[in-house]
Amino acid sequence: MLALQAPNRSVTLALLCAVIAVLAMVFPSGYYYRVAALVWISAIAAIGLNILMGYAGQVSLGHAGFLGIGAYSVAIGPARFGLNPWLCILIGMLLSTGLAWLVGRPILRLKGHYLAIATLGFGFLTALVLANETRWTGGPDGMAVARLSVAGVRLTSSVAWYWISGTLLVLASAVALNLYDSATGRALRALQASEIAAATSGIDVARHKLWAFIIAAAYASIAGSALAFFDGFITPDAAGFLRSIELVAMVVVGGIGSTVGSIVGAGLLVTLPQLLTVFVEYEQVALGFIIMLVMIFFRRGIVPSAQRFIVRRWS
Amino acid sequence: MAEFLQFCFSGITVGSVYALVALGFTIIYNASDVVNFAQGEFVMIGGMVTVALLAAGVPLPAAALAAVGIGALIGVLLHRLAIEPARGASPVALIIITIGASIFIRGVAQVVFDKQFHKLPAFSGDTPFDLLGASILPQSLWVLGGAAAIVIGLHAGFDRTIVGKAVAATAANRLAACLVGINTKSMMTLSFALAGAIGAIAGILVTPITLTSYSVGTLLALKGFAAAMLGGIGNPLGAVMGGLLLGLIEAFAAGYLSSSYKDGIAFIVILFILLAIPSGLIGKRSVERV
Repeated sequence: MLALQAPNRSVTLALLCAVIAVLAMVFPSGYYYRVAALVWISAIAAIGLNILMGYAGQVSLGHAGFLGIGAYSVAIGPARFGLNPWLCILIGMLLSTGLAWLVGRPILRLKGHYLAIATLGFGFLTALVLANETRWTGGPDGMAVARLSVAGVRLTSSVAWYWISGTLLVLASAVALNLYDSATGRALRALQASEIAAATSGIDVARHKLWAFIIAAAYASIAGSALAFFDGFITPDAAGFLRSIELVAMVVVGGIGSTVGSIVGAGLLVTLPQLLTVFVEYEQVALGFIIMLVMIFFRRGIVPSAQRFIVRRWS
Repeated sequence: MAEFLQFCFSGITVGSVYALVALGFTIIYNASDVVNFAQGEFVMIGGMVTVALLAAGVPLPAAALAAVGIGALIGVLLHRLAIEPARGASPVALIIITIGASIFIRGVAQVVFDKQFHKLPAFSGDTPFDLLGASILPQSLWVLGGAAAIVIGLHAGFDRTIVGKAVAATAANRLAACLVGINTKSMMTLSFALAGAIGAIAGILVTPITLTSYSVGTLLALKGFAAAMLGGIGNPLGAVMGGLLLGLIEAFAAGYLSSSYKDGIAFIVILFILLAIPSGLIGKRSVERV
């Protein structure tokens, strides 16, 4: 129902491009570009998680694990093995998707909260390995990441990364929006509504769940690689439980099932702590309070609730 | 043998705390279908409030009692101000609300108290005694005894009292409970108060051993959730078993394998148990209705 009322995907993508372009014109300093780049990068991971949670209806409380794998691949590859950083992005994706395939096959048989605890365990283990294998990862203190170069120019400025991550975000959104209306997307939404009904209609439930998990892992891995290159430094916290929860919160606060919602959720959860630093010690109080308020008043998430409001107003 | 016993004992002590957190999870989950990720904060509140009152000159028993009361009060407020207004929201939205609540509670604790680690004096001295070669802290006995008393008390309370039966009825079938005249909303609030009080008691009992700070809640919520799932969600006995088992696995993993990977080993064991028994040790086998 909502899908019918939502603007079609070329309009959505054009709007997204417009927002990215207009923001770049009004930003007064590098700090704004930096925060915006962080929003775009987080949004990529959130959009991927939304494919798993919103389309296929499967929870993952350990998704930052894949973010960590993407990030540490581009950190470890060049530093310890002298590999090309670009190649390492690909290696990170292969590792993440391979691991998602390996882990997903058994655990996606679990349902609801049992799947939640299994994915939580996966994320927890990943962060634990990253924190403990100090020889490779630098341990809990993290490690420096060699910056990415294009044609001999090192990409370090926030402005450059604003455009790189912005472009990646548009691509990521385009893929996610296309997937929504594709045969696979419809199959995923069908199995979310009822696994038995979906199976009865000839959908291979296990295979489609696994695909959603793998796609979501690939998104998180790319976001992780981008984050590592952008920050030039990475710690195991990137893969931690709190980061996983943050990703889930982005998807749910923005509106589960909505790609635009994931971007809005990422925007809110990344910029909010930056804005709240003015409250100094009340920062956490305010953050928790706002998350509760948003979920109580927009229980479907910001974007779907806003859509319903507009539709009701104008019809 | 002495070593084995030592690990057993420390595992059961930590496991009792996990069991109490898991029990709190289960009580709230049964009453309202909410997976309450703020459960660990109750443990933190129990420890921190007692520490603060003790520092203000209040005697330990009074301070502990007040802390339990505050834990219960926060449980009530959590239900009335955050969960009840969002009634009918999706389960994952409710989880996000409890996560928001836990960030909020942690933030308040950080402002009201501080960011330091705090210790409580052990209730009956710090001198360990010897049991078959294993040295045991008297405080461990307090933790074990307290946990056992709570489990037995809850069991009797749910079984023998009218209010307890009303809470159990609400958990079993909300609509049917409503129909026989039970005020299900009050019973849910009571469940939240109970979970808050149990969490606070766990915090008070364990703080002399493990210390406390405003941030101890997250990891405890995570462990408690794992324990509840291990036992099979919604089953109080399962929660207690899951908690003890989790504590034991961690203690043995730390003792015999690797202390830096003890949490990881615990999660691997949980994964394998869940893959073998997808609804937990003694959870209900579920059938999906079409």
